[in-house]
Amino acid sequence: MNQSLHLWLIPVLPLAGAAINGFLGKKSSRTAVSTIGLFFSGAAFASALWVALHFSSLQLPYQEYVAHWIRSGSFSVDFAFYLDQLSLVMLLVVTGVGFLIHIYSVGYMWDDPGYYRFFSYLNLFMFFMLTLVLANNYLLMFIGWEGVGLASYLLIGFWFTKDSAASAGKKAFIVNRIGDFGFLIGLFLIIQNFKSLNFDHVFEQVQPLGLETSAGLLTAIGILLMVGACGKSAQIPLYVWLPDAMEGPTPVSALIHAATMVTAGVYMVSRSHLIFERAPIALTVVAVTGTLTAFFAATIGITQTDIKKVLAYSTVSQLGYMFIACGVGAFSAGIFHLMTHAFFKGLLFLGAGSVIHAVGGEQDMRKMGGLKTYIPMTFIVMLIATAAIAGIPPLAGFWSKDEILWKAWEANPAYWAVGAITAFITSFYMFRLLFLTFWGDYKGIKVDDHGQAHAAHGHGDHGHGEPHESPWVMLGPLVVLAVLSLVGGLVGIHNGFEHFLEPVFGSEFPKAIAEPGNTEWLLMGVSVLFSIAGLILAYVLYVSKPYLPQKIAGSLNGFYEAVLNKYYVDELYAKIFVKPLIDGSTNILWQGVDRKVIDDTVNNAAAGARHVSDEVRHMQSGNLRSYAGWISAGAAIVIAYMIWLGMGR
Amino acid sequence: MVPLSYYLVLSGILFACGVAGFLIKRNIITIFMSIELMLNGVNLSFVAFAAHWHVLAGQIFVFFVMVVAAAEAAVGLAIIIAVYRTRETLNVDQVNLLKL
Repeated sequence: MNQSLHLWLIPVLPLAGAAINGFLGKKSSRTAVSTIGLFFSGAAFASALWVALHFSSLQLPYQEYVAHWIRSGSFSVDFAFYLDQLSLVMLLVVTGVGFLIHIYSVGYMWDDPGYYRFFSYLNLFMFFMLTLVLANNYLLMFIGWEGVGLASYLLIGFWFTKDSAASAGKKAFIVNRIGDFGFLIGLFLIIQNFKSLNFDHVFEQVQPLGLETSAGLLTAIGILLMVGACGKSAQIPLYVWLPDAMEGPTPVSALIHAATMVTAGVYMVSRSHLIFERAPIALTVVAVTGTLTAFFAATIGITQTDIKKVLAYSTVSQLGYMFIACGVGAFSAGIFHLMTHAFFKGLLFLGAGSVIHAVGGEQDMRKMGGLKTYIPMTFIVMLIATAAIAGIPPLAGFWSKDEILWKAWEANPAYWAVGAITAFITSFYMFRLLFLTFWGDYKGIKVDDHGQAHAAHGHGDHGHGEPHESPWVMLGPLVVLAVLSLVGGLVGIHNGFEHFLEPVFGSEFPKAIAEPGNTEWLLMGVSVLFSIAGLILAYVLYVSKPYLPQKIAGSLNGFYEAVLNKYYVDELYAKIFVKPLIDGSTNILWQGVDRKVIDDTVNNAAAGARHVSDEVRHMQSGNLRSYAGWISAGAAIVIAYMIWLGMGR
Repeated sequence: MVPLSYYLVLSGILFACGVAGFLIKRNIITIFMSIELMLNGVNLSFVAFAAHWHVLAGQIFVFFVMVVAAAEAAVGLAIIIAVYRTRETLNVDQVNLLKL
């Protein structure tokens, strides 16, 4: 028998924090705001840990009913929570990494005038994200899904006085709407065919269905859900919002746009794995989207010079890996990578924040360099994170990426090939970032004034003569994440992680356990070789022969330009979708329908009434005798009419 | 016995005189008298019908009309005096402050 876990507390705690800080924070001191923010996110983490401690004694999946929501005929949706191995992993990642980033933000955002607003939004995000991962039905999940979108919008546009930040927030919101549209239609299809949105009820009815070899209902649902996931998790063709989202404060990029929110799509696809497993076409769509995105985003990452943009494209690329895993049916490998990615990418972003903090708000890597002597702690954790994402054993990224590549090989060697090449590129651009930032000579300005960026990043009035190390409140979370990036992958040894998730996903690849044979070792060797090759290439190009990249870029002229400009995708979208939409809205909807039809109807009706009244009001002259005349005339007409009626008898 | 139609014709003439006076005259007191004339024209027809059909209701109506007319005369004359004090005229065409 299950005891009550009070799961509802986990999302509600951060909501309370958001409300307190949002309503009262303006007048409170910074210390009070940070205490509230940290207490409630920490409490959520603590209760997640408490749940994890009691986990082994639970009957799974554990469900907790809180309240009715919608009752309509036989269709019903409740506020209810669902806990199984998958949600537990997500729960721990979200609350754990979220709590660390809250701590980091205390240091990073201290001098920002919107300090209380920041913590309120951050807590609000935690509330929605936890609702998303704990929901026991698609609709509650959708609430969380939209809510994190809202929090993301608010935080990207946190410095809303900057035009680029405001429009980046709008872009993220609008692009996500496109994905959500697909998600919603998927949900409608589920309601129509399964009469429920409850995970249990839906999957119960999906279970007995056979494999759909040609496109059918499950394929449609799967592809529509994938459209939703593409929006949230920044996959081709909807990835364009994520790089722009870097306009937000760096802790936000770490929490929302690297570690947690963008992985919601992966979580949603994994949660719906019973649907996807029965729709091979939808799975292929997922895998191909993931493969293309991983490769495509990685190539853009090579050319970017803004440290956060590199990390943004790297996030898009890593999310692509997770979708490859889902697409080949290796959902547990996808979730494994999701977890390790949360560690090392969160760390990379926070480290980048520390670097940006050190150099006074500069984000251009070409103006950094030589920082390893100035900020040794940040350097060490960044080194660990870079090695982890590059897939160098035995760090976290190696285990999860290797797992994905191995599963991809079993499904289709083409996925593996692209994935392996992407791993090489990943290693290359990540070490490029590291070498550009920490090796060589410091190329930044060493003056006290750091202009625009100063205000934007809310550094106080402390001087920026030399790059300086961040305070411990920022370094602490970095160290914890670095440890997790170091050892986080070890849970994957002997398929430990996969076994843990087995009750959710079923045992997918029995033969992988049966024969850990030569192929796996060979693939592992190849991918390690690829990562090291990337490292060496980056070293050659950016440390020993720093004049080479310029030359190579020059010899590739047109192509390099295209990659530097992100393949002109933004421009293409602007031309194909945005401009026709704006033109259509302006000329047809605004000037045509709204002004000519709606406004004119109302205005003409009003003007007509006025004209008529203008004429009629002359009857009411104020002249007593003319009134008497009207009365007599009226009486005469009535009397004449009655006489005429009487004559008719 | 005088036939009913005589009464009615006289009543009609009285009423028509009242209407004509009301429309033509500018002096507010004359207009007021025209109204009384119309009321009395109507009263005449009421009593004529009452006598013709031997129904008392017509005569009762006449008493009502007379009471109302008396009240109206009192209020109306008060208004006329008030108007005269402020406007210093009895010409209705000049009492037109509410006109557009």
